[in-house]
Amino acid sequence: MMATLDDLLWSYQSLIYGLGTNAILGLSMYAVLQLGQLSLGQAAFMGIGAYTGALLTLRLGLPFPLVLAAAAMVPALAALVIGGPTMKLSGVHLAIATIGLGEVLRVAYINTDAMGGALGLSGIPEKSTFAIIFGLLAVILAGFILASRSKIGRACEAIREDEAAARVMGIDVSAYKMTALVISAALAGLAGALNAHFSSFIGPNEFAFEAAVSILSFAILGGVTTPFGPVLGAFVLTALPELLRPFHDFRLVFNGLIIVLVVIFLPRGILGFRIRRTGG
Amino acid sequence: MLTVETLSRTFTGLIAVDDVSFAVTPNTIHSLIGPNGAGKTTLFNMISGLLPPSGGTIAFQGGDITALPPHRRARLGLGRTFQNLRVFGEMTVLENVLTGMHPRLGVAWPLAVLRSPAARAEERAGLAKAQALLAKVGIADHARRPAADLAYGDQRRLEIARALASDPALLLLDEPAAGMNPTETAALGDLLLELRQEGLTILLVEHDMGFVMRLSDRLTVLNFGRKIAEGGPAEIRDDPTVIEAYLGTKVARKLAGAAA
Repeated sequence: MMATLDDLLWSYQSLIYGLGTNAILGLSMYAVLQLGQLSLGQAAFMGIGAYTGALLTLRLGLPFPLVLAAAAMVPALAALVIGGPTMKLSGVHLAIATIGLGEVLRVAYINTDAMGGALGLSGIPEKSTFAIIFGLLAVILAGFILASRSKIGRACEAIREDEAAARVMGIDVSAYKMTALVISAALAGLAGALNAHFSSFIGPNEFAFEAAVSILSFAILGGVTTPFGPVLGAFVLTALPELLRPFHDFRLVFNGLIIVLVVIFLPRGILGFRIRRTGG
Repeated sequence: MLTVETLSRTFTGLIAVDDVSFAVTPNTIHSLIGPNGAGKTTLFNMISGLLPPSGGTIAFQGGDITALPPHRRARLGLGRTFQNLRVFGEMTVLENVLTGMHPRLGVAWPLAVLRSPAARAEERAGLAKAQALLAKVGIADHARRPAADLAYGDQRRLEIARALASDPALLLLDEPAAGMNPTETAALGDLLLELRQEGLTILLVEHDMGFVMRLSDRLTVLNFGRKIAEGGPAEIRDDPTVIEAYLGTKVARKLAGAAA
């Protein structure tokens, strides 16, 4: 039994690990979307985490837990810095500003030799394990579920439904938005570092616009009414290309098609149920 | 309780509120009346902090709140409802009221997330209080329904329960009787009088004059952004400037002629 499981893990290792890290990315998207904030900076934050983690491992050989902590904290700090000026933005404006961040960083990576330049960083040791990735995913998911059942979950939903009403209800909307952005950046950075430590290579183009859109699509497909949605969305969209391998280049068409169908027929995502927010 | 001084708000090319001053006495129902576009909702938005004034000051319970953000004002005891219904439609009725209680739930967030005994006790107490508030406004039967499913009048009542959940000292009600039938309006009037009895101060915007005259201890009349009169219900009813503002100069003159 264990042997077959090991076999499975070995043959599909990068796919299975990818399910886990993409689910964490889906949750990082959930952190902001549940407040109605459309940030497309997730890929950029993921990139910051991936580069931070890879450089700390390659150049300094720091222990992996420390590397992961730094990979979460550096993008969180970046979010704190860019959060101030962008917090006044909402909707499309915030989305565009955060896309800009990704592009700026991409160009910065390409032109910084210490970060591998256009060639990226390779030879990153494989330190991510099944237990680390899925253990972290479980802890993060549990945290979101617990939070969504408390007064914090109510405040978040109130902000998404009607910001002005939430404000006069005594909810500090700006603090919530800033916290959500920082948490989402930390999670994206964590996922980036986990990913770098099993794919063994990262490059500047991996964290650009396309990645941002695919992270968003995890959340849209699964729905953001509960934290389960983005996780399921990430699982489906990560596994699908493998299942559709016989269709070769048409695989990506299926991804796009599924998203279009979900947006039209299931605007709340495939998991559209709500969690009761009466936490007693 | 609330003192508004020389408050103004201009939008491009329009003076919505022009140099308005008035004071609300504790434990009274004070009404703001005036024709459509007189600046009543703009005034409400400035008092609750959603709109920064162009000039003037707002003091609440002795402190200047002009520069405070809305959530800080709510914590100080300022509650409000909205003219256009703004319940949280996807939440249940009960969750709406619990959301209104937000500034009074003091347990630190990590404890709230981890459901510590203190947090659970606070949530239970909050639930009981929310149920009581729903019973008070008369929609206890709908507690578990999504707020968007409620009838119009019930959504108005829910907004009042949600605002009361934060234990406000002053409650701003923006057209609470709009869309209600006469029976519902009368019940709402009874509720507001009961709340005043219990020590609440209410600042009311309402177009239903029968309702306003029945409830108000004092009225401030606005027209085109300016205060044109202030006084008790009887004074205001007979004030020629007020009649003119509501009915137009011609009708007012005719009425004056008929009376003479």
